[in-house]
Amino acid sequence: MQISCDINGKAYTRHIEPDLVLIDFLRDLGFLSLKQGCDTTNCGLCTVWVDGTPRLSCAMLAAGIQGRQITTIEGVEKEAAAFGQFLAAQGADQCGFCSPGFIMNVLAMERELTDPSDDQIKHYLAGNLCRCTGYAGQMRAITLYLGARKGELSCE
Amino acid sequence: MRIVNTAVPKVDAMALVTGKPVYTDDLAPKNCLIVKLLRSPHAFAKICDMDTAVAAQMPGIACVITHRDVPRHRFTMAGQSYPEPSPYDRLILDQIVRYVGDPVAIVAGTTEKEVEKAMREITVSYEVFEPVLDPEKALDHPSVIHPEKDWHVNFDIGSQVERNLCCSGGFESGDTGAEFSASDVIVDEVYHVKANSQAMMETFRTYTYLDHNNRLTIVTSTQIPFHIRQIAARALGIPKQNIRVIKPRIGAGFGAKQTLISELFPAIVTLTTGKPAKIVFDRTESFIGSTSRHEMIIRVKVGADKEGKLLAIHLHTLSNTGAYGEHAPTTVGLSGHKTLPLYNKAKACKFSYQVVYTNTMSAGAFRGYGATQGTFALESAMNELAAKLGMDPLTLRLKNLLEEGEILTAYHGEKLNSCALEACIQKGREMIGWEKKFPCVRISDTKVRAVGAAITMQGSSIPNIDMAAVEVRLQDDAYYTLMIGATDMGTGCDTILAQIAAECLECELDKIIVSGVDTDHSPYDTGSYASSTTFLTGMAVVKACERLKGKIIRAAGLRLKTDPAALAFDGRAIFNDNEKDDEKNRINLDDLAKSLVVGAGHCLSATASHSSPVSPPPFMAGFVEIEMDLETGKTHVIDYVGVVDCGTPINPNLARLQTEGGIVQGIGMALFEDITYGKTGKMMNNSFMQYKIPSRLDLGEIRVAFQSSYEPAGPFGAKSIGEVVINTPAPAIAHAITNACGIHLRTLPMTAENILMKIREKQ
Repeated sequence: MQISCDINGKAYTRHIEPDLVLIDFLRDLGFLSLKQGCDTTNCGLCTVWVDGTPRLSCAMLAAGIQGRQITTIEGVEKEAAAFGQFLAAQGADQCGFCSPGFIMNVLAMERELTDPSDDQIKHYLAGNLCRCTGYAGQMRAITLYLGARKGELSCE
Repeated sequence: MRIVNTAVPKVDAMALVTGKPVYTDDLAPKNCLIVKLLRSPHAFAKICDMDTAVAAQMPGIACVITHRDVPRHRFTMAGQSYPEPSPYDRLILDQIVRYVGDPVAIVAGTTEKEVEKAMREITVSYEVFEPVLDPEKALDHPSVIHPEKDWHVNFDIGSQVERNLCCSGGFESGDTGAEFSASDVIVDEVYHVKANSQAMMETFRTYTYLDHNNRLTIVTSTQIPFHIRQIAARALGIPKQNIRVIKPRIGAGFGAKQTLISELFPAIVTLTTGKPAKIVFDRTESFIGSTSRHEMIIRVKVGADKEGKLLAIHLHTLSNTGAYGEHAPTTVGLSGHKTLPLYNKAKACKFSYQVVYTNTMSAGAFRGYGATQGTFALESAMNELAAKLGMDPLTLRLKNLLEEGEILTAYHGEKLNSCALEACIQKGREMIGWEKKFPCVRISDTKVRAVGAAITMQGSSIPNIDMAAVEVRLQDDAYYTLMIGATDMGTGCDTILAQIAAECLECELDKIIVSGVDTDHSPYDTGSYASSTTFLTGMAVVKACERLKGKIIRAAGLRLKTDPAALAFDGRAIFNDNEKDDEKNRINLDDLAKSLVVGAGHCLSATASHSSPVSPPPFMAGFVEIEMDLETGKTHVIDYVGVVDCGTPINPNLARLQTEGGIVQGIGMALFEDITYGKTGKMMNNSFMQYKIPSRLDLGEIRVAFQSSYEPAGPFGAKSIGEVVINTPAPAIAHAITNACGIHLRTLPMTAENILMKIREKQ
């Protein structure tokens, strides 16, 4: 079957198998930031935005994105780097394998929630697993980043 | 110190946070054959017949490999220095399958779909045997798991393989029998630590190809590139010189990747077909077809006099190595050798162990490596002893604690040169608010808050066995390339080693380019395990940089036609040490470096190797505050305080992250994580649905502090940190649970239902 969609602002038309999963479709096209950490929609590593909303690309068929807008971290590199600096300043990037999915969700959260409390942040990101950091360093980075976006703090 | 002991970001950080394609599967060529494994549905069986003819003829299929097609050299997958202590009890594919998930056939083809279709066409008939699933019944079980004649050990490890005894041993110091008789109070209990999964986010994956010289190149997510070369050479029956191993960025390991897991399957496909091949384990395979933490059942007997002075400790460990003996003789050793020395003042101590084969997945390396299991047992027993003595558990620790300058009897007679454990305990006690909170505070009719504590130690590298070499080169724009064989697995060793180099060479951090790991180019390094990288490879960096500085000064002497003994180097220039204004005898490093690569120049490079005769222990005191719901057993960690003595933290941020991450893994182990097997030996927790690792909702506050001693054998006083940090949560939380409701949980994990059942039992 044929699908057309927008990925990071560019139009794509491709022939695909009907059972092709979105993550495999995107990796095949060279969006290699996408990672898969489980087979059961538990880890959040494969998070992308579909029409601006975070979705698990391992749990969506490529056929389902006909006419829709996909954003991967490659499409928001500047924003990712801006938050990524805060993560790196804490040493909380660690192995980095969960970073793309995690950062896509942090950036989505920033758009969706105004002044989120720690609890709101934890709930929003509950689906993003990380085995290296123990989450505390990620939390420090998020707090400092959101503060800096309001003009309060720097990443140091 | 300018750069050491500062919290610089990791050198690879920006690539990782912007999702750059730097991991194994991102780099694999698109034309790789896809490799998949048909796995055994039986826990213990012999393959009688196998029909692969139909599968091999199917469209897209390049090869189907069975036990008939693989070399017959038994080997171990454990990444250890030769001669490996782990027994050679594996083949790439064997006619006998020993756990549910043991590979039966390797299938390679153009697409995943074609390979999966072909796998369904393979028919296998098995003669099924009764599996051994309970480690306590393994010894002398009628089913002998390794009946093969070519089972091999490199040296005596106390095995009786016909009894399913993989290895055994022990030692005694002093007369424990007499000291127990003299004891006023004795605790004698059995503690059970279950198998756990390392569960790093990047599952096992490898791709292989033949290069222009027809050599096998293995690109893989591993902690042990040089050991992969050694194991692959033996298993595949080809010389090491025909193998090159490359480690890209890896998505963590926690010990899982200190064992060869996925590498040989694409390798044999490439050797068979001549084509590039790739395998990516899915999460299920990662759970069922790798290695786990060794399940250990540990009996601890501790005796003390009325004042709480320890007289004797006896630790007996029964360890379950599963179907194969990866890391079996070494992990079990740590359950005693890295726990008993904490109480070096005890008059006598004894350690004995047996490691048995069972028909479950092989155990292997997991952060903590046996010390974690031993710490749960001994620290729980110490807390029980304190309760029996009516003594504060911290007072009991402080009374019996090891001290700097002592010879550690249970630690191979090593002298303790750096230890701030007492300061760690005092600091943690203050931070958690011990005096106010111990043992518990009732906060409502059904909820109680309680505190608990435990202490621990680990090592820093394997003394006299681990070896790290590095090479540092001066390049012609006055920057340096640091070639390392140590493997950064997210821990930040590339950064830490660059910090050490920049400190020694007195340059900025960005002047150090770290390059690793490629076994054709990197100097030899045993790999990143046994808490060795900062301590051991770090010291090799110090040595290499000192040598290079000497070479730089000598080269400047030649250029300046002056005696190098009068010259000094400050990172930017080489100059007359006695007369700083002597412009004639001064040359900038930049000018020197450029001149050295023109004409009759001399490329400057220095190599250094390092191994350590000692393994200085890092220490940690862990304190927890929990909130328990007495009606449901639900227990939440609301505060965890970890105070660590890792010597000088080379990068305080990365040391903190190691500690936080280790504590949270330890909390997972304490409260949720549990690999269980069904009646037929099938693993029941083979996904993140059934095997729960901590999410950010499961945790309260995690607070970390450092009390640094100075270790003379380490670079800038550093010891290790990567492993010691996982050890305290299980015993500290068990202690807090006792303090909350009076029950003793001696089996992990301490789930709400296990807690509730114990509470009901007590009522």
